Amino acid sequence: MLKNATAIVGVGQVEFSKNLGRPERTAACEAIGAALDDAGLSPADVDGLVSFTMENTSEVEITRNLGIENLSFFSQVGYGGGGGCGTLLHAAMAIAQGVCSTVVCWRARNRSSGGRPWAQTGNRVAGDFQFYLPFGLLRPADQVAMLARRHMYEYGTTCEQLGSVAVTFRQHAQRNPAALMQKPMTLDDYMNARFISEPLRLFDCCLETDGALAVVLTRAERARDLKQKPAYVMGAAQSTGPEHVVMANYHKPNFLETPSVYAARDLFAMAGVTPADVDCAQFYDAFTPLVLFSLEEYGFCKPGESGPFVEAGNLAWPNGSLPCNTSGGSLSEAYVHGMNLIIEGVRQIRGTSTCQVENAQLSLVTSGAGVPTSAVLLASEA
Amino acid sequence: MSEAMAPTAPVPLPDPDSEEFWAGCKRGELRMQRCTGCSRMRYYPRPMCPHCQSMQSDWVTVSGRGTIYSFVVCHPPVLPAFAEKTPYAVLVVELEEDSNLRMVGGLLDHPVDEIEIGLPVEVAFEPLTDEITLPQWRVAKPS
Ligand SMILES: [Zn+2]
Repeated sequence: MLKNATAIVGVGQVEFSKNLGRPERTAACEAIGAALDDAGLSPADVDGLVSFTMENTSEVEITRNLGIENLSFFSQVGYGGGGGCGTLLHAAMAIAQGVCSTVVCWRARNRSSGGRPWAQTGNRVAGDFQFYLPFGLLRPADQVAMLARRHMYEYGTTCEQLGSVAVTFRQHAQRNPAALMQKPMTLDDYMNARFISEPLRLFDCCLETDGALAVVLTRAERARDLKQKPAYVMGAAQSTGPEHVVMANYHKPNFLETPSVYAARDLFAMAGVTPADVDCAQFYDAFTPLVLFSLEEYGFCKPGESGPFVEAGNLAWPNGSLPCNTSGGSLSEAYVHGMNLIIEGVRQIRGTSTCQVENAQLSLVTSGAGVPTSAVLLASEA
Repeated sequence: MSEAMAPTAPVPLPDPDSEEFWAGCKRGELRMQRCTGCSRMRYYPRPMCPHCQSMQSDWVTVSGRGTIYSFVVCHPPVLPAFAEKTPYAVLVVELEEDSNLRMVGGLLDHPVDEIEIGLPVEVAFEPLTDEITLPQWRVAKPS
């Protein structure tokens, strides 16, 4: 069984930056080294590596640099930002099945200095792209704004409600010295910012960041003897949902459904807990509407009720019913395809967050909701 | 800016599944792939029917009428080819033949601050290159 068979025992990262000034492979080695140090392990202990797509460093680059003799298991999860928590699922499965014993999952990405993927759109667009890019639906912000507009139409969700997500996460970032956005932001600041893709404004959109991060997983029995308090992988899930089109996911019967609803079902079933048991959450927040969709699809509120839920302050640390994105998230800490959300989920279990939820026992982390996705539940006790 | 420097918009690259869709647009017809097993239309075109797994299909011409299901208004920064159009709207249109058929397309000749979900629209074919014509949308005239 996968439930509680493995734990995250080490986390590491380099500084977040607009321009890191060194190659991704350099930063990846630093982050993985830091994660192994944190765990009290060495490269000799590592026999598995898992990454997710849009990663610019390869397994063999990592093994060559760290001096890892052999990998018994390596895999790459698809769909970029949807795959972050999927790396933990793959690692946990491989360890639980005895294919390997200790796995590093990592992300190294110079997304700020390296340029915007959409700005590199080619002159000819093939496959699914041929049906939406030529009409000017170019950027992830546009593709998510389309869903947000319909959510507003169906449920009366407002821009101010989206803004309350951005403002709350900024407040969390201000307590986190590693976060890039330390400046206070009011709802007026949010509303006065320019539109990027109506109904989304500038601060509905995540940062553009250079960074590298890594986590180390091993068997639960071994985790208990290591340096840090283990964050047990109580549940992990991936999902696609039906009729998926990446980022322009408008063709399934229920327009507003995202793959998250399927990941949520499998995640809570594996863990044997309910949303009411979750102490804090790190939702993939490349854009504020994704947080609203996730609150509904992971079962923290009913369809259409996420707007009032966020506006009532439920996401805010320390008094909200579900403190979320307690490091500042992709909106205000750093955008590194959600790997920082995983590390913050671990910190909550360890008790070391700068917005620490008192006695956090169960920590939810999700990956990108506009694409085939994944999620993980981390627990303090196995 | 010289002709050679003019920024190019992304141009669809037809494939065996989408060839007839784009050929229809060039002729001024909105063509939908239809399963000959269960008669359901599907978009985007693909080899197999997701409802009955039939690999047999034909093409039908639909009315080109629909309603705005959702929309966005794009502001800078965008690709250079779209920069002069900002702010411009992109729609998801629900086709009148089948509420499960939704298409992404641009909206022509209509103020971006007067768009509403539910507005009736009709297809408007806009040549992009010698080979490719895009199915865009116009607000339907009251009949
Ligand atoms: Zn069929």
